[in-house]
Amino acid sequence: MEIVVASSIGILTAGGVYLVLRLRAFPVILGLALLSYAVNVFLFASGRLAVNMPPILSKYGDVQYTDPLPQALVLTAIVISFGMTALLVMVALGAYFESGSDEIDMTEDQGTDA
Amino acid sequence: MLIVIALLPFIGALVPGVMIRAGRNACATFTAIPTLLALVMLMTLAPQVMDGGVVRAELEWLPQLGLSASFFLDGLGLLFASMILGVGLLITLYARFYLSGDDPMGQFYTYLLLFQGAMLGIVLSDNILLLLIFWELTSLSSFLLIGYWKHLPEGRQGARMALAVTGSGGLAMIAGMLILGNIVGSYNLTDILAAGDLIKSSEWYLPALILILLGAFTKSAQFPFHFWLPHAMAAPTPVSAYLHSATMVKAGVFLMARMWPALAGTDAWFYIVATTGLVTMVLGAVIALFKDDLKALLAFSTVSHLGLLTMLLGFGTEAAAVAAVFHIINHLTFKAALFMTAGIVDHETHTRDIKRLGGLAKLMPITALIGTVAALSMAGIPLFNGFLSKEMMLEETTHTVWWGNPWIVPALATFGALFSVAYSLRFIFHVFGGPVRDDYPHHPHDPPAGMWLAPALLCVLVVAIGVMPFLATPIVNMAASAVTGVPQDGYLKIWHGVNPALFMSIAAVAGGIVLLMIHRPLDRVWAVMPRPEAKNIFDRLMGWAVSATRWLTDATHNGAISRYLAIFIVATVALGYVAWSGGGISAPTRELLPVPPVVAIGWFLLVVATGSVVIMHRSRFRALVIIGIIGLMISSGFIYLSAPDLALTQISVETVTIMLLLLALHFLPKQTPKESGALLRLRDGVIAAIAGLGTASLAYVFMLRDIDTISGFHLANSKTGGGGTNVVNVILVDFRGYDTYGEIIVLGIAGLAIFAMMDALLNGPAARRLRNLDLSSDRSRDRHPLMMVVATRVMMPIAVVVGVYIFLRGHNQPGGGFVAGLVISIALLMQYMASGFVWTQRRQQIEYHTMIGWGVVIAGLTGAGAWLAGKPFLTSGFDYFHIPPIEEFELATAALFDLGVFLAVLGSVMLMLYSLSRMARTAGETVNLEPMDFDPADRVQNEQEAK
Repeated sequence: MEIVVASSIGILTAGGVYLVLRLRAFPVILGLALLSYAVNVFLFASGRLAVNMPPILSKYGDVQYTDPLPQALVLTAIVISFGMTALLVMVALGAYFESGSDEIDMTEDQGTDA
Repeated sequence: MLIVIALLPFIGALVPGVMIRAGRNACATFTAIPTLLALVMLMTLAPQVMDGGVVRAELEWLPQLGLSASFFLDGLGLLFASMILGVGLLITLYARFYLSGDDPMGQFYTYLLLFQGAMLGIVLSDNILLLLIFWELTSLSSFLLIGYWKHLPEGRQGARMALAVTGSGGLAMIAGMLILGNIVGSYNLTDILAAGDLIKSSEWYLPALILILLGAFTKSAQFPFHFWLPHAMAAPTPVSAYLHSATMVKAGVFLMARMWPALAGTDAWFYIVATTGLVTMVLGAVIALFKDDLKALLAFSTVSHLGLLTMLLGFGTEAAAVAAVFHIINHLTFKAALFMTAGIVDHETHTRDIKRLGGLAKLMPITALIGTVAALSMAGIPLFNGFLSKEMMLEETTHTVWWGNPWIVPALATFGALFSVAYSLRFIFHVFGGPVRDDYPHHPHDPPAGMWLAPALLCVLVVAIGVMPFLATPIVNMAASAVTGVPQDGYLKIWHGVNPALFMSIAAVAGGIVLLMIHRPLDRVWAVMPRPEAKNIFDRLMGWAVSATRWLTDATHNGAISRYLAIFIVATVALGYVAWSGGGISAPTRELLPVPPVVAIGWFLLVVATGSVVIMHRSRFRALVIIGIIGLMISSGFIYLSAPDLALTQISVETVTIMLLLLALHFLPKQTPKESGALLRLRDGVIAAIAGLGTASLAYVFMLRDIDTISGFHLANSKTGGGGTNVVNVILVDFRGYDTYGEIIVLGIAGLAIFAMMDALLNGPAARRLRNLDLSSDRSRDRHPLMMVVATRVMMPIAVVVGVYIFLRGHNQPGGGFVAGLVISIALLMQYMASGFVWTQRRQQIEYHTMIGWGVVIAGLTGAGAWLAGKPFLTSGFDYFHIPPIEEFELATAALFDLGVFLAVLGSVMLMLYSLSRMARTAGETVNLEPMDFDPADRVQNEQEAK
């Protein structure tokens, strides 16, 4: 199981990094989305993996629980990364309409011909 | 008291700038008052210090880090402080008459007081970090003073050069001081001075020494950093007299004297400091003889005398330290007087060129007398104070062996002294001596008393100390004791008997007279001799530095964000590698969990989906749909790995994100063109592969090892302290409520920022482009399909109920404000998509801005409510109630906090989508007032009417 999670993190990171290095805004946003997945899972995995031990306290005796703290942190991270993605999308849209192109590497004279 | 003394000039600096409106005399008076006040206060402390005591004052700031504003006053500090304040007073008087009516005098006095405060800070600091701050302050304020005549290019260049040289030296010194503080374990000067042996035996001694000396040498214009001082002479003469004779250039000497017990006495100290001093002394004296500009002559003579002081401190013996302290006093008196004399000559004749002067003794006798006395002292003629310290210096050199060679230091010192006599006599004879000329640019006469009073006072001191050296004995002993750390009770006298130093003195005076006689032919030889011009070298170095930084900036900061990202990722990976290879890896403590077939299938889907996104990212719609698969797989993974809350959040966020991206893609190009070449793609691929491999192995390694976490506390206290069984939710709303509170604020800000950005966009030039956009190609002909409208309307109440349910159970079961907010916003979004924006908007009148605001306010008030119960912010209270026939239930303030979270999330998400839909309307999207393009009810009605 650990291999599955670790390799998923690695593949998501690699895909994210590759897309982030593209030259257009949209792939960069997709890449950031992949990277957020990778980071969230990575953080979650820092609580170590456990099956059938949700951190919901049980009324019945001595039950094992998984580590709740990374989950709480990741939960807010997911919501925040949504906010970040939304903001980026808006920036990309703005840049596209200001300049007529969604390239992210603009020379100085390119940016002003709105 | 000590702190007040140190702060007085800074407080006083505010006044002259304002007082200049009341006239020049008022301005000068108000500059003198704080200085005088500080001087008087200092004098009340003096008896205590003269008795060998040390006055301390401390303002604690961050005692944990050893940072405090601590001051102390010992013999050395007292000597320098009184010199700074005393000469400061004289300069204030002198400048009042020197500056012309066109010069902004208030500004001048403000800068002067700032500088004075910085200098006082240096000599009174007990904390080396504090000392460093004042050190840099002197560099900055002297920059303002040197460049005071802003209209003169020499002034600006000189100020820049002084700042560059002394400022970079100061930077080196910061590093040196930090090393020193680390060796000793304290930044307190008192502790450092007491730990001399520890410092000298440390392996970091040499680097610290070199760095600190760099600071001192640049400040005190030691070779090869001496060149800035002559260029700083472009400053008004009062500045030169104050900064470049008495105070700022002495700061380096002061520092070496201050650090003497901690650093001096080693071979490294001797060879670096004494040799630099000796070279500087000789070189400065030789150049000074051939300068025709009065102030340049004095500048190089100052360089030479600073070299002398440095050399004496470099000898590392107590007698040499006594001589250095004595010469500091003497040099101050005669050099300040000489600078002021030069200023008077310049002021009266409008030239400082020695070749155009001469015969002034008859025209301005008072000035000539002052200048002659001071210059004779500089030459080291008996009965003037310069003679005494020069004798002591020569005496010390005869005991000094340099690299096994006993005569080289005395010989060179005599050689330097010889030139010193020559240029001093030249100052007298070529300016005041000789016949009266009739071609002065301006006919000179003695200035008003206010102008010559200050130098005259200094000349009285010159003669008094020269004739009656016992007057200065207690002060010298006091300061020398502070320098050496050992009580000194030496006795200063005029006649030392017939000793080698006397012969060296005689030789110097005789040689100097001969040199002056043959000055004319020598000057011609000097003029044709090739010499390196320091300013050109400096300018070229600065040019190189500027072009190097420009190259670096252009190369790394060229506006291409993909390059920044590449640099950032590569650097991160490299840092990760460093951290990885630094420590060992312990043996794994956990077993691998088994992989059931379902998980294997999910993993396979995830891998294929990620690969497909990367390969097909040019086709944007397709990539977006596949991203959804990845999100779903991750949510399933969260469910399987005991994280139901995460799964709920992930899946709802996923939905909202995809909708948002779809909406945005509506306006963007649907394809990504192929732009990067194969090589670039290969580079990115390699970077990506390495980054992926790195994170994967890191994750794998730590997942197999156990660590102690603080989660045990959360699990144990969730029910009893937070009142909920869903530990994740309790952490969010209670244990780490502060984080969550910050998070909803950030989310709210993101929503508002998007709204604001859209507002700016729609009112800017982009709106025109937007209106001309042709979106007809991807517009469905059936925009509001009947099936979808009906289905979403049926779904709406169900979705709301589910949202409320998730919200309510959140404290004890998976769910909570975050998820509930997202679920409700999805339900609303569905309405927008199915029935159109306007139709939906008319049916719910909620301002999303206000909703975000209410969310944050409710959460904040709930947290603040804990104060009423006397608990810290965000402590939650809860209790169980039983109202028949309902089963026992729990009410917690945390639920109220969660309501705030819910409202903020809902408001933010809706505001973001609302902004996007505004964009669509500007782009010419038609507005529908009816829920459906085709309403079957209308048809029935129409048919009935037709009948």
